[in-house]
Amino acid sequence: MANLKVGDKAIPFKLPSTDGRTHSLADYADKEAVALVFTCNHCPYARAWEERIVQAQSDYAGKGVQVLAINANDASRYPDDGFEAMKKRAEEKGFGFPYLWDESQEVARAYGAERTPEVFLFDKDGVLRYHGTVDDDYEDPASVKNAYFRDALDAVLAGRDPKVSETRPVGCTIKWK
Amino acid sequence: MQVSFLYWEECPSHERALERLRAVMEEEGIEAEVELIEVKTEEQAKELRFVGSPTIRIDGVDIDPPSHEVYGLDCRIYYLEDGRVSPLPSEEMIRDALRAAKVPNE
Repeated sequence: MANLKVGDKAIPFKLPSTDGRTHSLADYADKEAVALVFTCNHCPYARAWEERIVQAQSDYAGKGVQVLAINANDASRYPDDGFEAMKKRAEEKGFGFPYLWDESQEVARAYGAERTPEVFLFDKDGVLRYHGTVDDDYEDPASVKNAYFRDALDAVLAGRDPKVSETRPVGCTIKWK
Repeated sequence: MQVSFLYWEECPSHERALERLRAVMEEEGIEAEVELIEVKTEEQAKELRFVGSPTIRIDGVDIDPPSHEVYGLDCRIYYLEDGRVSPLPSEEMIRDALRAAKVPNE
């Protein structure tokens, strides 16, 4: 279970990114919405949904939405999730958002994230408005019936409550140390 | 024909994969039992040469033989015919493996 409930405020953090910078949540205080996506390189669910997250950032960037991807997996056990591998993946896949490394796993633990991918969507006041999975079909984008994340983005940008504000995250477990 | 389905409970795709396996077996007219093996520990994963969940073996042969074998409790990546990545083997992948296993007995 996530530590944050819908309606709770975001927990501040500062993490290094594959772009060589350090990003803090406060850097995005002027955004209409910020989506934290706990993800990683090696998990098939994360990879199956990856392009949809990249596309969402592209589609919503002009509306003031910022995606921040966070990898918290233990790279000593999963070398494919190490920082150098993250840099390579972000470049290869054209991530249009920072890919942050939570090496200590403190941020993932603070948020209570459990899976990759797992979405926490905050509105412009930093209030959690949606938490859960990306959509209802990891296997085939064409078969998606409920685009939970995008629907929640539309609702938040329109100042409405998302129709569905909580879903069960579907994916690999975060690999704890 | 011996059909084994190995899974790790923490990977959410195994039920869907098992449904798919059984559906393809029915389409192919294969009445063999599916042996369900839940892998619960890293030691068991090594012992069973388990490269991730779900793993399907027909007469002991992996339906998608892994290029490198790292054993452990994890979710498995399948590369589909159209280039997509999936946590599930495709129907085609299962069907091809079942047909290949059937041939020697025909």
